[in-house]
Amino acid sequence: MKILVCISHVPDTTSKINFTDNDTKFDTNGVQFVINPNDEFGLTRAMWFKEKQGASVDVVTVGSKETEPTIRKALAIGADQAIRVDTEPKDGFQVAKELAKVAKDGNYDLIIAGRESIDYNGGMVPGMLAKLIGANFINTCVSLEIEGDKATAIREIDGGKETLTSSLPLVIGGQKGLVEESDLKIPNMRGIMMARKKPLNVVEPVADGLSTEAKKFSKPAPKGDVKLVDAENIDELIDLLHNEAKAI
Amino acid sequence: MSVLVYTESENGKFKKAAFEAASYAKGIAKQLGIETFAISFNAENANDLGTYGVEKAFNLSNENFSKFNAEAYAEVIAEVAKAQDAKVIVLSQSANAKYLAPLLAVHLEAGYASNVVELPNTENGFVVKRTAFTNKAFNETAITTDAKIIGVSSNAYGLHEAETDIQVEDYQTNVVLSEAGVQVQSVDKNKDKVSIADAEIVISGGRGLKGPENWHLVEDLAETLGAATACSKPVSDMGWRPHSEHVGQTGKPVASNLYIAIGISGAIQHLAGINASKVKVVINNDAEAPFFKAADYGIVGDAFEVIPKLTEKLKEFKANNA
Ligand SMILES: Cc1cc2nc3c(=O)[nH]c(=O)nc-3n(C[C@H](O)[C@H](O)[C@H](O)COP(=O)(O)OP(=O)(O)OC[C@H]3O[C@@H](n4cnc5c(N)ncnc54)[C@H](O)[C@@H]3O)c2cc1C
Repeated sequence: MKILVCISHVPDTTSKINFTDNDTKFDTNGVQFVINPNDEFGLTRAMWFKEKQGASVDVVTVGSKETEPTIRKALAIGADQAIRVDTEPKDGFQVAKELAKVAKDGNYDLIIAGRESIDYNGGMVPGMLAKLIGANFINTCVSLEIEGDKATAIREIDGGKETLTSSLPLVIGGQKGLVEESDLKIPNMRGIMMARKKPLNVVEPVADGLSTEAKKFSKPAPKGDVKLVDAENIDELIDLLHNEAKAI
Repeated sequence: MSVLVYTESENGKFKKAAFEAASYAKGIAKQLGIETFAISFNAENANDLGTYGVEKAFNLSNENFSKFNAEAYAEVIAEVAKAQDAKVIVLSQSANAKYLAPLLAVHLEAGYASNVVELPNTENGFVVKRTAFTNKAFNETAITTDAKIIGVSSNAYGLHEAETDIQVEDYQTNVVLSEAGVQVQSVDKNKDKVSIADAEIVISGGRGLKGPENWHLVEDLAETLGAATACSKPVSDMGWRPHSEHVGQTGKPVASNLYIAIGISGAIQHLAGINASKVKVVINNDAEAPFFKAADYGIVGDAFEVIPKLTEKLKEFKANNA
């Protein structure tokens, strides 16, 4: 089985979110970048397939040279080789088109992406990619088993779960649940040493044109102070929630 | 030319999110001076959409489409969008809508903006305001394609009534379900409980509740308010609660009307995911807990004493206000 894991290079969850260039660009000053958490679960699941069922695992990212430490980390975790599409990701559709080219060239059976990246939260790349290459697609996937050319997956729906089957090739939008948090792989010294020798192929972009354009950023207005209610005076809280906030 | 809204239903009934999406679609249609159309699958009362300004509803009544199927639904919506020359297609941000929107975007070669919180600015192009960095920021995004897809965040635009004479058409499709596609084998849904996505009120518990055996406190309070239950990440990591209840940046987003956090410290990753909730209440025994900076109302106190009292008082309140 040939697996491709799509990795998004995103600011660490604790990052301060600020903007520069007249609020048109994310300020990367002092920001640490990581593998997108949703993708990290998928990558660990891919390693499981590799170890237990025999699979090759490639990782791909669309981004400039600055993303290389992130993709090297995926190699250190155990991916066999990496591909970087050398272009600035500006729009979900554009990223999906770049990934579609890589996916077609590599003829993968299974493509694992994250349900959304935690920076722009677009939530569109995996579905678009699937449609562009004519593969099946399962979103918000929290469990995945592959047997032969058949996949069984569980996806989260509002208020429950759904069990689905699909033939391959398949693209999933993965998230926590694909593996347990405690099973997430972190690179060890040997992995890091080996990653240095693994191939990281830089390819040229193919997508033409954008469908959306991110303009100005802004931050939510600062919140007013919290109103504290005495623990002995619950009636006051109920009164505030009912009459002031109109929330109950 | 038209604005087309996908109005999702469950067991034949529209969800609130469908009415909100319809309200939003009507708002754009008014701006552009064009009509508002809706597409639904096996809805029992497509007429109800008239309340929110829909002029024409295409309702597909077809047993084959009784189970949600992202691929087939996207194809049907694309079929209607093309036939009705839809310039803008509006969806909610339910799990199903988020699943099919990107497929639809490829069908229509349309730019797609998700998590949109306001009507677009159409004075100079077509610019929408959406949340980014998991509610830590907003971004104005221009959609530059001919057809445009918008996913409206839950509870951001709200319901706007605009009573309209609606025409309902029994829609016939040429789309056939693919045997080779994804097949739903079973659905496991808790029918007695409201989901986090649909809930007006969410009660969330953190590590401060000490262990799963204490969750009856959260559940009793939730039941009293007809609320959904949620939890912080470590609580689901430790297996005290199912992963499906984990909310925050790496869990589910919450955009409820009221969010009550009990024994949750208010870490940045937690707050990011729940910040879109309108009114936030925190109950924590540590007055220094960061959550107090993010909340509207707070009680500094021991959850084990405060929660039973709160539940009891709310029961009285409910009885008196029923
Ligand atoms: C990459 C990454 C992603 C993350 N994503 C998320 C996410 O999506 N969602 C999320 O929630 N977290 C997330 N986290 C974890 C986050 O950083 C915090 O660790 C977590 O939110 C803390 O959970 P908590 O508030 O339940 O526990 P704690 O931080 O331990 O807080 C417990 C609180 O309970 C209070 N308390 C204790 N006893 C009582 C009592 N008797 N009565 C009242 N209050 C009491 C304490 O004062 C304390 O404030 C993420 C972390 C990382 C690194």
